[in-house]
Amino acid sequence: MNSTSDDYDIETIRRDFPILSRQVHGHPLVYLDSSNTSQKPRVVIDAISDHYAQHNANVARAMHELGAEATAAYEGARAKVAHFVAAAEPAEIVFTKNSSEALNLAAHTLGASLRPGDEVVVSVLEHHSNLVPWQLACQRTGATLRWFDITPQGRLDLEAAEREGLINEHTKVVSLAWVSNVLGTVNPLRRIAEQAHAYGAVVVADGSQGVPHLPTDVGTLGVDMLAFTGHKMCGPTGIGVLWGRRALLDELPPFLGGGEMIGEVRMEGSTWAEIPHKFEAGTPPIAQAVGLGVAVDYLETIGMGAIARHDHQITAHMLEALGELDFVHVMGPDKPVDRGSAVSFTVDGVHPHDLMQLLDSRGVAVRGGHHCAEPLHRRLSISSSARASGYLYSTDSEVDALCEALTWAHAFFTGRVAARA
Amino acid sequence: MNVEEMYQDIILDHYREKHHAGLREPYGAQVHHVNPSCGDEITLRVDLDGSTIRDVSYEGEGCSISQASSSVMTDLVIGRSVGDAMSLFAEFTTMMESQGRIEPDEERLEDGIAFAGVSQFPARVKCAMLSWSALRDALARAGATFEESR
Repeated sequence: MNSTSDDYDIETIRRDFPILSRQVHGHPLVYLDSSNTSQKPRVVIDAISDHYAQHNANVARAMHELGAEATAAYEGARAKVAHFVAAAEPAEIVFTKNSSEALNLAAHTLGASLRPGDEVVVSVLEHHSNLVPWQLACQRTGATLRWFDITPQGRLDLEAAEREGLINEHTKVVSLAWVSNVLGTVNPLRRIAEQAHAYGAVVVADGSQGVPHLPTDVGTLGVDMLAFTGHKMCGPTGIGVLWGRRALLDELPPFLGGGEMIGEVRMEGSTWAEIPHKFEAGTPPIAQAVGLGVAVDYLETIGMGAIARHDHQITAHMLEALGELDFVHVMGPDKPVDRGSAVSFTVDGVHPHDLMQLLDSRGVAVRGGHHCAEPLHRRLSISSSARASGYLYSTDSEVDALCEALTWAHAFFTGRVAARA
Repeated sequence: MNVEEMYQDIILDHYREKHHAGLREPYGAQVHHVNPSCGDEITLRVDLDGSTIRDVSYEGEGCSISQASSSVMTDLVIGRSVGDAMSLFAEFTTMMESQGRIEPDEERLEDGIAFAGVSQFPARVKCAMLSWSALRDALARAGATFEESR
């Protein structure tokens, strides 16, 4: 197995992930579905177990030792995540259950001030989680949903947007993926945010595919809110994050009502807690937050710069290797420039489901379907695609195993069908 | 069972050349069903003559399993009574939920028995069921009466 640089110890990293040593259908697991969910290092698995075994209690309201320990662990995780994305303070980190809930929080609270005539701007390449909440917000308020189209290269069509005046004085919210979960495109958020801010609009980024792979500095990104999820960055499921600038979060109404998000409650009405707790109704995902905190420590120990370089190298190899297979058609940017690690493609004569099943029989795990981006697939005039996506533990030889399995699957399927003709 | 065995010749034959494909007139009801997790879809029409299924026509997009299943389903139900078609639906469903533990009745399910292998791959069962679910819905919308066995 190749390593991407002398100081990136891929063998040691792989040993940190117990699942990577298992077999699937008699073959070594080749896990290339990390855009879907990442695998978990031993330290994260152990931290969750240790939390329940040694420190379990509810947070903020249990006035005993275990309550203090659980609260310190939960708030400690918040501080780690804040540092990880270079937030100004931990209070700007709101824990949710996933990116979808974070984006729903944003759409619901920002949507509260939308009026007919206002415009919300998304793009045709969004994951459903950054599209449907805005459709709902527009339905509730009478605001209009508009969207960026894409170029044939799979990048946001900024020129068409300019011509159409997509972002204008009516724009109240612009919400865009940082990195496309299908095409891999890295969107020029800062440039678009500057444009949107000139009209006083709020800019939200779906960082689900960005934060796990790229060093994140919310100041440099230039957006006002950033949603991401723990399970794609070596953390557990059930924990997501919405970062927002304090000034913005302070003025937004609550999202969900319930325990812990209140100041005072009277039968006639209530006041709200300070951020971030204003947005965290009910018992939060405590063990999951602890797990995410440890995941963030793990990623920082390796270094996000090193991980980004490794992911870039794996993606470059994948694009090159898939490009050599004449029956494979890669979607999105075909060069590893401003490109994340999701590589989607179609295979001549083999439907993505059939392909996924055949690859799985060789131990190769990819995703097939529309990847929760149905409008993007319609825009590309296809109903589904296959997607391979690596991460910090992926190797060039796994990419080669994918290509071998693809060649076999294509020959098997098209050969069998042709033989019947 | 390995995956090569799942893709039986019967399935690939129907996939390559779908029987009764295309949307035809006349019809009593048309439905559009999708598999939201993967994007497979089918538009299906039924034409009833009293309690007899005179025609089933369809247009779809999807994997070999969903496409072949549509083809096999139309072979089985066209010309049958609604009641008998729904019995076949029940038998096919039982086979698909059996995880390969049931020996299907070839007299009844004909080419449909090729999908017994698919039942061992839980993620693909819904592919095979898509056209059958659409059929039942279309029959109900066309005014057919049958017992809701499921």
